[in-house]
Amino acid sequence: MNLLSLSPQAVATIAFYLVVAVTLIGALIAVAARNIFHNVLGLAMSLIGVAGLFLYLNSPFVALMEILIYVGAICIAICFAIMLSEPMYLPRPPRKLSKILGGVVGAGLVFTLLFLLTKKTTWVPAAQRSTDWSVTTIGHYLLTNYALIFELVSLLLLVAMLGAIVIARGGRGSS
Amino acid sequence: MLVFNQLETYLYLALLLFAIGLYGVLARRSLIAILISVELILNAASINFMAFNRFLAPHPAVGQVITLFIMAVAAAEAAIALSIIVAVYRKLKSINIEHATELRG
Repeated sequence: MNLLSLSPQAVATIAFYLVVAVTLIGALIAVAARNIFHNVLGLAMSLIGVAGLFLYLNSPFVALMEILIYVGAICIAICFAIMLSEPMYLPRPPRKLSKILGGVVGAGLVFTLLFLLTKKTTWVPAAQRSTDWSVTTIGHYLLTNYALIFELVSLLLLVAMLGAIVIARGGRGSS
Repeated sequence: MLVFNQLETYLYLALLLFAIGLYGVLARRSLIAILISVELILNAASINFMAFNRFLAPHPAVGQVITLFIMAVAAAEAAIALSIIVAVYRKLKSINIEHATELRG
C-alpha cells in the first residue's frame, strides 16, 4: 500500500486505531499475563497508548506528563517493589476458575450497565466554548483559580513521601 | 465524521479500559497486580475527563488541569501502596492477598 496516496484523514484514522490497539492489548497483558514483570510492561504499553489518545484530544502537555509520571515514575516504582518482594522463581499457585469467573461476571455486569447508560445519553456541548488550549492557560489556571488545590497536592505528595518512608522502614531492626 | 472526532469513541474506550481494570482487581491475587489494575481504572477516568474536556466543556484548559491533579494523586497513592506492599511482604513473607488473614475473627 502506498502511504503517499492516502489522504491525511485516512492516515490519522489508521494511527488512531493503532493507538487504540496498543492501549487495549497493553491493558489485557497487564491483567492477564502470569509473570508479574509482563504485567508491568503491559501497563507501560497501555499508558503510552493513553498518552497517544491524549494527543488526539488536543492536549500534548498532558500526554507528555502521562509518559513522564506514569511510565517514568510509577512503573519503575512498581518494578522496584517487585524486586523487593516475592522472589520470581517460586512456583505460583494455579488460578482458580471460580475467581476468574467471578471477575468476568462482575466486570461484565458493570460494563453492560455503563455501556447502556452511555448509549442512552445525549451529550450536549456547552453553549459557548473557548478555544484556548495552550499550556500558558493551564499555568494560569493552576496558579489562580486552582492555587489551593495545587498547594494541597504538593502537601499530599510530601505526606505520601514521608509516610512511604516510615511504613517501609517500620519492620526493620535498629541495625 | 472521523472516528477520533467523536465523543462516544473515547467513552467506550475508557469503559473497556475500566472493565479490564475491574476484572484485574476482582480476579488477581497478587497485591502488585491489583495495584496495576487500579492504575488502569484511574487512567480510564482520566480519558473520560479529557474527552468531556475536548468535546463539551466551556473552558478546555480546566479538564487538563484536573487530569494533572489525578496524576499527582495517583503517584502519591502508588508510593503509599508500594511501601505497604513491602511492609506486608516483610511481615507475612508473601504478597498473596489470600495469605493476609490476620484480622479474621
